[in-house]
Amino acid sequence: MKHTYFFVILVGFSCTITQKTEIPTLSYSELKPFLYKEGNKTYVVNFWATWCAPCIKELPYFEAQNQNENIDVLLVSLDFPKHKESRLLPFIKKHQLKSKVVHLDDANENFWINAIDSTWSGAIPATLIYNQNKRMFYEQSFTEDELNQIINTF
Amino acid sequence: MKTILILISSLFIFTHNHGYKVGDIATDFSLYNTNGEKVSLADYADAKGFIVIFTCNTCPYSVANEDRIIVFDKKYAAKGYPVIAINPNDPAAISGEQLIDMKTRAAEKGFTFPYLQDKGQHIYPKYGATKTPHVFTLEKQEKGNVVQYIGAIDDSSRNPEKATQRYVEEAVDALLAGQLPKVTYTKAIGCSIKTL
Repeated sequence: MKHTYFFVILVGFSCTITQKTEIPTLSYSELKPFLYKEGNKTYVVNFWATWCAPCIKELPYFEAQNQNENIDVLLVSLDFPKHKESRLLPFIKKHQLKSKVVHLDDANENFWINAIDSTWSGAIPATLIYNQNKRMFYEQSFTEDELNQIINTF
Repeated sequence: MKTILILISSLFIFTHNHGYKVGDIATDFSLYNTNGEKVSLADYADAKGFIVIFTCNTCPYSVANEDRIIVFDKKYAAKGYPVIAINPNDPAAISGEQLIDMKTRAAEKGFTFPYLQDKGQHIYPKYGATKTPHVFTLEKQEKGNVVQYIGAIDDSSRNPEKATQRYVEEAVDALLAGQLPKVTYTKAIGCSIKTL
């Protein structure tokens, strides 16, 4: 009996830990390696937030791309830091997002926005797509067809 | 001939659509405040300048910056730099941006500064505002209200506690000390201005 209690507590504890580590909050320097991967895939990095309606609309298109084994999708949430627990995590759970999600929390916006792309105004949705041959930044929203066509040019 | 005229006039509009650069003289305006009165920069005879902020009711970045804007007005209005907030959104393009909504928000937050509606969306394109919030710090000189800073409130729009560079405050402090701001242009982080 004692063992059962201990087991339940242990399982409960490890679940909490897993959920917290699933969506890491990163500074720009921690995010940077994800923007310069050198593998053979095409890397799609989408900047979004739960409060951004056009971002939410195109999330399923990115999720669909992520099912292609040659494409690696990363969803970078720009949700407000104070809303990570109350909005971002429940949203990911509710929509059962399969792509990797990270939460970017870095002050010094006028540094990292320019570092990610000098033409970026900071508005979302915005998407970086790159592979070994090509690197493009899109400050726009996509239809599913547009996203397909663009990724096919990589 | 008509086609040519239309072409020429549209080119004209296009080339004049880029907004102000630092050093330009900003236009005055006469826009309705939430209390129903019209407000112009010319009404402020004693002002040394203005912190003109294009902002709105519904953008999360605007909401997240409201408290900072209130602090600006408390800190700088008495020193001669009042805040003038202007809502550039077309209420027909997005809900929650009518003058009545602005009035409610101003009352809820206790705005001490005018919160004006850019009715017809004529003023924000002249300034070249593209975001909410988007700040234009003006210095009143003999020749007019000179644009001295354009951009963001600080370098941490989503989390004020983490701000390391407070651009607007640094610009106004410099101007009050008779100097030019060190940083005169930053990218404004926020929502696009909503029009039909």
